[in-house]
Amino acid sequence: MYQYDNIDQTIVNERVAQFRDQTSRYLSGKLTDDEFRPLRLQNGLYIQRHAPMLRIAIPYGLLSSKQLRKLADIADRFDRGYGHFSTRQNLQLNWPKLEETPDILEELSKVEMHAIQTSGNCIRNITTDQFAGVAPDEIIDPRAIAEILRQWSTFHPEFSFLPRKFKIAVSGSKQDRAIVQAHDIGLEFYYDKKQKMAIRVWVGGGLGRTPILGSVIREHLEWEHALTYCEAIIRVYNLHGRRDNIYKARIKILVKALGIEEFKKQVEAEWLHLKNSPNTINENELKRVAKFFTSMPYEKLNDQDDVFDQAIQNNKAFASWVKRSVHPHKQKGYQSVTLSLKPHGLAPGDATSDQMRIVAELADQYSFGELRVSHEQNLILADVKLKDIFNVWEKAKAHQLATPNIGLLTDIICCPGGDFCSLANAKSIPIATSIQEAFDDLDYLHDIGELELNISGCMNACGHHHIGHIGVLGVDKDGSEWYQVTIGGKQGSDASLGTVIGPSFAAEEMPGVIKKLIDVYIKQRNPEESFIDTVRRIGVNPFKEHVYA
Amino acid sequence: MLNSQLILNQSIIDDEWTFVALPSENEEIKKQAGKVVLFKLTGESSPSELQINETVIPQNSKIILPLSVYLKNREALKTRLKNNEIALWLATHETLHALITIEKDINIFPLIAIFVERFQDGRIFSLGNLLRTRYQFKNTLRAFGDVLQDQLFYLKRSGFDSYLIKTGKDVHEALKALQSFSDPYQGAVDIKEPVWKRRVRS
Repeated sequence: MYQYDNIDQTIVNERVAQFRDQTSRYLSGKLTDDEFRPLRLQNGLYIQRHAPMLRIAIPYGLLSSKQLRKLADIADRFDRGYGHFSTRQNLQLNWPKLEETPDILEELSKVEMHAIQTSGNCIRNITTDQFAGVAPDEIIDPRAIAEILRQWSTFHPEFSFLPRKFKIAVSGSKQDRAIVQAHDIGLEFYYDKKQKMAIRVWVGGGLGRTPILGSVIREHLEWEHALTYCEAIIRVYNLHGRRDNIYKARIKILVKALGIEEFKKQVEAEWLHLKNSPNTINENELKRVAKFFTSMPYEKLNDQDDVFDQAIQNNKAFASWVKRSVHPHKQKGYQSVTLSLKPHGLAPGDATSDQMRIVAELADQYSFGELRVSHEQNLILADVKLKDIFNVWEKAKAHQLATPNIGLLTDIICCPGGDFCSLANAKSIPIATSIQEAFDDLDYLHDIGELELNISGCMNACGHHHIGHIGVLGVDKDGSEWYQVTIGGKQGSDASLGTVIGPSFAAEEMPGVIKKLIDVYIKQRNPEESFIDTVRRIGVNPFKEHVYA
Repeated sequence: MLNSQLILNQSIIDDEWTFVALPSENEEIKKQAGKVVLFKLTGESSPSELQINETVIPQNSKIILPLSVYLKNREALKTRLKNNEIALWLATHETLHALITIEKDINIFPLIAIFVERFQDGRIFSLGNLLRTRYQFKNTLRAFGDVLQDQLFYLKRSGFDSYLIKTGKDVHEALKALQSFSDPYQGAVDIKEPVWKRRVRS
């Protein structure tokens, strides 16, 4: 993975000093609340219901074991011994003290980490595929460009006070796993006819209050121009995006208002001036960064391993976990393993400091000391030998990290919701846990098969509910909490937004509602047909009728 | 010590310019989504004819005029412009279009100032960048209004060299913020090349 040089380290150190100064000016009354707010947000610090929340950046979801141990230590020393992995591949601490955050940032800087631009109206943490570099369907490993984008966007002087937040995702695989269509900018890498790396540029996607899938603004962009083309897009947005209404301030609203053709015309006109300007990436820089993301020193192994095969044969629990949690790898004899942060009955995406240390140990022992965070809020060991998978399982299982539910109904994607977040209209964690408890029968879960259930506690959509096969949105009606249900959303290359099935439900009705949706699916499905495909085939009505019958 | 809130480059200096405001108009309070609108839309609400006509232009000093007032009185101001007595200001919601269509060479102005009503209004950075790079403005570029210490570094990188710090804020503290980061990543107006072109990196 990327390693800091003096330049990176100096920037992060200077940021710590800057934020320490800003915090002390705030505490001594020299900065008003309004003046301090964007400054703390650009360091990931929210003021929440019970305490501040600190969002720590995990650039494109990649972590070393050393970094994860540091996060565990920070969670113990400054928080309550756990953290929450978010849908943007970051880590959130729920109980830090405002006056201690500069110390937390200083600790982070010792392991090449920070909280820069994890919130605020600026370019946020760049996200990508959790299987980047190891997926068999990968065309281009997008991480080098993701790192170049990270550096370029860090304290970008022109784009640090945009009309609203700005999210960029990069992807380089056949099957999109980075939801490029639901980002302000999505960069999709491919090889063009001349076998040169090129980018399909998506713009104006996003979830939130007004969910919109992005449009292609440029089918073919040579990779050298990735930064300057983004600059052209963001400059048009910075100058013309709406600042009068926070709900209409995202780039998607501007693109929609102008129409993609007019927006493209303005961007292209801007780009004429920026094309080939100094931020144009060159071969040297790409090479320099790409060398941090070359293949791991894999051993030459067979596709098959006796130890692994026997364990599958002899141990049903192991076999059903493997079916869900082990993913194909480009290298013979290796697989990627997802560790579930979704044990039934606990907050989805949460990990205790002890679990973090166990995962760090597993990464050191079995996966070259690295791991990934997925936007589905699980942790991934990307490079595990077939013969080691059983050992990984045993250890993971002993620490509640091996619930065999990856990609299943109880692998719920969920924001912290009203228990923690002051933006939320409703709680989301208790909904998730009550559904998990209602579907605790593993055989039944596996029979239901692939199903993504996403829960957001408000229309800001941190739980990505619009693209859940089943989406649940917390809404506030006259001061009480209700839940609106959508079905038919999907992430991926054939992404779609879900349709609302009807009036919302009370919290205690939710497990029953999900059961009824599943009943319709079980009854109507064709052999081997997944929930989302059944919804796409038969439409929303049969589900609606049964739920409201 | 000077009793001034004005920074030019790295120093606190006295302001030799007289600022000319537009006469205020009773603006209705607009609301969107139940909240008072704090930012004007780009291109919205140019000063009215009445405002422009009622602006008093001081005769015997170096003055910073609203862009609209300058455009209206362009002919009458020719001599004073030659004597380097005329500078311009515009607000973040104005565009540069009118200026650059009428003046082919904007370097006839010794100073252009951008008014930022609220510090969160990031349009000021794009305007600075455009003036310096696209329109090749070489003279003093000043930020005024809600200009605070914690945005100075970005303003400097976007081409500003003069900052009128908001009244009540410590200008000496603010001066330090110009040095927040020693070696920024990306190319911008002040340091054109990105760090990977400036240095050998491992």
